[in-house]
Amino acid sequence: MNDMTPTREEREARLEGMGCKRKRVEDIRFTQGKGNYVDDVKLPGMLHGDFVRSPHAHARVKAINTEAALKVPGVLAVITAETLKTVNLAWMPTLAGDVQMVLADGKVLFQNQEVAFVVATDRYAADDGINAVEVEYEPLPPLVDPFKAMAPDAPVLREDIKDKSDGAHGPRKHYNHIFEWTVGDKDLTDVAFRKAEVTIKELISYQRVHPSPLETCQCVCSFDKIKGELTIWGTFQAPHVIRTVVALIAKLPEQKIHVISPDIGGGFGNKVGAYPGYICAAVASIVTGKPVKWVEDRMENLTTTSFARDYHMTTEIAATKEGKVTGLRVHVLADHGAFDACADPSKWPAGFFNIVTGSYDFPTAHLAVDGVYTNKAPGGVAYRCSFRVTEAAYCIERGMDILAQKLNMDPAELRLKNFVRPEQFPYHSALGWEYDSGDYHTAMTKAMETVDYAGLRREQAARREAFKRGETREIMGIGVSFFTEIVGAGPSKNCDILGIAMFDSCEIRLHPTGAGIARMGTKSQGQGHETTWAQIIATEIGIPADNIMVEEGNTDTAPYGLGTYGSRSTPVAGAAIAMAARKIKAKAQMIAAYKLEVHEDDLEWDIDGFRVKGLPEKFLGMKDICWLAYNSPPPGMEPGLEAVSYYDPPNMTYPFGAYICVMDIDVDTGVYKVRRFYALDDCGTRINPMIIEGQVHGGLTEAFAIAMGQEIHYDEAGNVLGGSFMDFFLPTAVETPHWETDFTVTPSPHHPIGAKGVGESPNVGGVPAFSNAVNDAFSFLGSVHIQMPHDFWRNWQAAKDLGLIREPAAA
Amino acid sequence: MIPGQFDYHRPASLAEAVHLMATLGEDARALAGGHSLIPMMKLRLATPAHLIDLGGIGALKGIRRDGDHIVIGATTTQHDLLASAPIAEALPVLQEASRLIADPQVRYLGTIGGNVANGDPGNDMPAVMMALGANYRLEGEGGAREVPAAEFYQGAYFTALEPGELLTAVVIPVPPAGHGFAYEKLKRKVGDYATAAAAVVLTMAGGRVATCRIGLTNLAEVPLLADAAAQAVIGTDLDDASLQRAAAAAMAIMQPAADGRGSPDYRRHVGGIMVQRALKRAAARAS
Ligand SMILES: Cc1cc2nc3c(=O)[nH]c(=O)nc-3n(C[C@H](O)[C@H](O)[C@H](O)COP(=O)(O)OP(=O)(O)OC[C@H]3O[C@@H](n4cnc5c(N)ncnc54)[C@H](O)[C@@H]3O)c2cc1C
Repeated sequence: MNDMTPTREEREARLEGMGCKRKRVEDIRFTQGKGNYVDDVKLPGMLHGDFVRSPHAHARVKAINTEAALKVPGVLAVITAETLKTVNLAWMPTLAGDVQMVLADGKVLFQNQEVAFVVATDRYAADDGINAVEVEYEPLPPLVDPFKAMAPDAPVLREDIKDKSDGAHGPRKHYNHIFEWTVGDKDLTDVAFRKAEVTIKELISYQRVHPSPLETCQCVCSFDKIKGELTIWGTFQAPHVIRTVVALIAKLPEQKIHVISPDIGGGFGNKVGAYPGYICAAVASIVTGKPVKWVEDRMENLTTTSFARDYHMTTEIAATKEGKVTGLRVHVLADHGAFDACADPSKWPAGFFNIVTGSYDFPTAHLAVDGVYTNKAPGGVAYRCSFRVTEAAYCIERGMDILAQKLNMDPAELRLKNFVRPEQFPYHSALGWEYDSGDYHTAMTKAMETVDYAGLRREQAARREAFKRGETREIMGIGVSFFTEIVGAGPSKNCDILGIAMFDSCEIRLHPTGAGIARMGTKSQGQGHETTWAQIIATEIGIPADNIMVEEGNTDTAPYGLGTYGSRSTPVAGAAIAMAARKIKAKAQMIAAYKLEVHEDDLEWDIDGFRVKGLPEKFLGMKDICWLAYNSPPPGMEPGLEAVSYYDPPNMTYPFGAYICVMDIDVDTGVYKVRRFYALDDCGTRINPMIIEGQVHGGLTEAFAIAMGQEIHYDEAGNVLGGSFMDFFLPTAVETPHWETDFTVTPSPHHPIGAKGVGESPNVGGVPAFSNAVNDAFSFLGSVHIQMPHDFWRNWQAAKDLGLIREPAAA
Repeated sequence: MIPGQFDYHRPASLAEAVHLMATLGEDARALAGGHSLIPMMKLRLATPAHLIDLGGIGALKGIRRDGDHIVIGATTTQHDLLASAPIAEALPVLQEASRLIADPQVRYLGTIGGNVANGDPGNDMPAVMMALGANYRLEGEGGAREVPAAEFYQGAYFTALEPGELLTAVVIPVPPAGHGFAYEKLKRKVGDYATAAAAVVLTMAGGRVATCRIGLTNLAEVPLLADAAAQAVIGTDLDDASLQRAAAAAMAIMQPAADGRGSPDYRRHVGGIMVQRALKRAAARAS
């Protein structure tokens, strides 16, 4: 070896494999405005569609007059439910086993519901057209409050199913009832509560919010009459599933449907489902023979396509006087809006909400969820969380704080006392999950030491005294949250969407010069897959990440996969990538053994090639092996170097973390300042620490937005408020707190590279940390639970309800 | 979110603009920075048939001193105000208020004339103009007239502007050297209109308030001049009791709407607090 031979460190560094803070390769185009999004797709002769929407929350549609609209210059067609009935598409199936109107069929069930689709030569003409469509409505009484949905005299919302006693998830108790889902041992839990020394019970609500990605939902549909083929460019988080759904409902052979997800400007769950816009654009293209584009505007996005949360959780915890939890009982009233369009795995009507025992060793628990219809937009998506996991984490983390307050115990101490212990993993929870790995005590202790938790509590005690003496009008809150996520859906034994098992996939093809292409069934919406997927391959097979092109989103070229949401990409596709890479490596080893004239077993892997054991100078690099694979493979071996893997995970992964938030609130104005936010995440093996940090920053910012302001609110008449960024709180850099990030590493024992997923943890763990900080600030004044969002006004209202607000004296 | 059809005019002189306004009548709207009007048009809450863009009229832009007044041309942007040395020296409260309006992008285009002529109770400049005792110069085919800011606002989006009239300038008496000023604005986030805001311009003599004017933003259908509140502090050293009296007097005239920013109770309460904070800060700045 001469001096030019790179050192081991240099060889490692050149790969930019796992653990490297590799810069995001996709940012080269994004930061220069050179991304290619759906709205950048412009086809010759393309038409534009736009919706007439209902001003009413609940009304009968008496007549739709399209005559004037058809006279607007540029307007070519107005599609209504009647048109769609001719192709049997007035209604569409939802992912949750319900059906949903594509266009109002006789009645509207929420404000801004799609009533008619105007197709025109440009967007302006389409908008003029929708203003010229005359719709005659007969208003009906709206049902807004989910707690009144099952009242005996509640208005009937879904006339199509009002007499059906069974839904997709079992018996229905009322015409506005969708399902009841129960998990756990009711009798044992009742006993635990009867015997309990201490119990708490509180209604903890998680308000309706919206994922609000920067890019709204949109598509371009182009039907080729000659070939009978339909091409759809869309903002799809799960392009392959969309293609299958289209094949099933449009009755087109699947190979004649091409679904392409180009660059996507954020999804956060908003782009998992199928929306009327997609169906209408496809039908319009089939009818007109021209490509049709549909692009949602901001208000349409916030008020129609897929809200999140809207869970009302009555939470009870039983415990001993010493603070050992002995039972958990939760009843959820789930407001699903007008149609059950939740994007959950099919057998899970409340997602994985049964992770609600959290990080604690509950000997017994019982959960019941009732889903109901209301006159609100459908949805119920997983807004940057695994299915209903954010709701569950909020429920238990608020519950634990409320219990700590009742026991007069420090909330961190209560958590430490009840954590699942390291030696209990794999841990079987009372509600049926098998947690793969965790070390909660280490994470919590590290968090507490880093922020000087004891010092913060001392400061808080002093400031509370000062407040009581009238020396300050500021109160200080410390919010503790310790979450356990359940991500990586999922094992085919319990996870499917419309019968399609939730595996994921990867195809890797290396070319003779030692570079290659890798394709997956997932689809990045900003997560940086092009960067991290190549890093996994780099480490696994010793080809520099820069030499691997990652491609996703085209159903013609990518292997079938279930897409990206629920933090499933790394746990599922990430595993498929490693497994495909290992198949390549196995073949490479045979080629190397032949070339080096040794037995395969005499070779050992060394960063970027194979070395003969005990003979360090006998080495063959992967780059050379690629050449040999094509040009002189061993006799009897097929040339080429490629592999495919479809990965059906044996279990979910369970990332966790400890978050601490310190906040000061001015009671006179309700204005808060987040003084400090510390987030420790354990996502197992860390592929790219910089991307993890970016994901945590983004997720925490969303958590901050949700806890401190976001709300899609409906007034009593069912008018949707907060449907624009004026009112729907999207923090800017000015409002966003400074984030401190940290980590521990507890690899997943069942995942090929030990990675668990991280994208959603900060949203899941962040919301309770903020909310607990606000609640903790007020707790010494006798407050037990204040509902989110904790905006300035609500904080002031909380202070006022506690008698803390004085009016200025007039004389 | 797409505006309807309209015709676009870009006159080169004020006379031409006034003539267009007069002949096109109620169907015409002046277009300045467009940052209030165009959002309304996108929602089709405003559907003017004609837009008369004032951007091509050089005479409407600029800041000049006219004796003991400062005259600001209608199409002077909020950014221009922030960059102006004469404004920094004579009317620093305008810079404090401008900085609390929207964000830099909006301030590059949004104009002082548009901000005060718009008639939206959420606009920040009207209350500041009231506190400064400014007049607005209005011009139509029939000639020019001046209306005090304090008399200009009649209801939400209703002002003293007659059909066919344009607002050409705001005319502000230069406050005495050593005056104190403050604009206190509570908002939910950058770019938001006020939950409540108060503008104060005062002078002090011997540790006591000598003169004082208080304007209020977004606490009623129109911007408010809080006379009684100002009277409550004149002659005092702004002790706690006088501050409370001023707040109570200001709150008595507030009639805020319920919206996403809060309940009327809340907005009135924080309105009182904005008044007290603005008074204290203004007094601390006065010499
Ligand atoms: C995101 C965002 C945030 C904002 N936040 C704030 C804020 O916090 N505080 C605030 O005060 N404003 C805010 N604004 C509004 C902004 O300041 C506007 O620019 C301003 O209100 C209007 O000025 P303009 O020049 O844009 O007027 P335009 O939008 O062009 O016109 C507004 C109205 O005034 C009329 N008009 C304009 N000029 C004249 C004239 N010379 N004579 C007669 N009529 C005229 C127009 O016909 C129209 O009816 C915000 C705007 C945006 C988009």
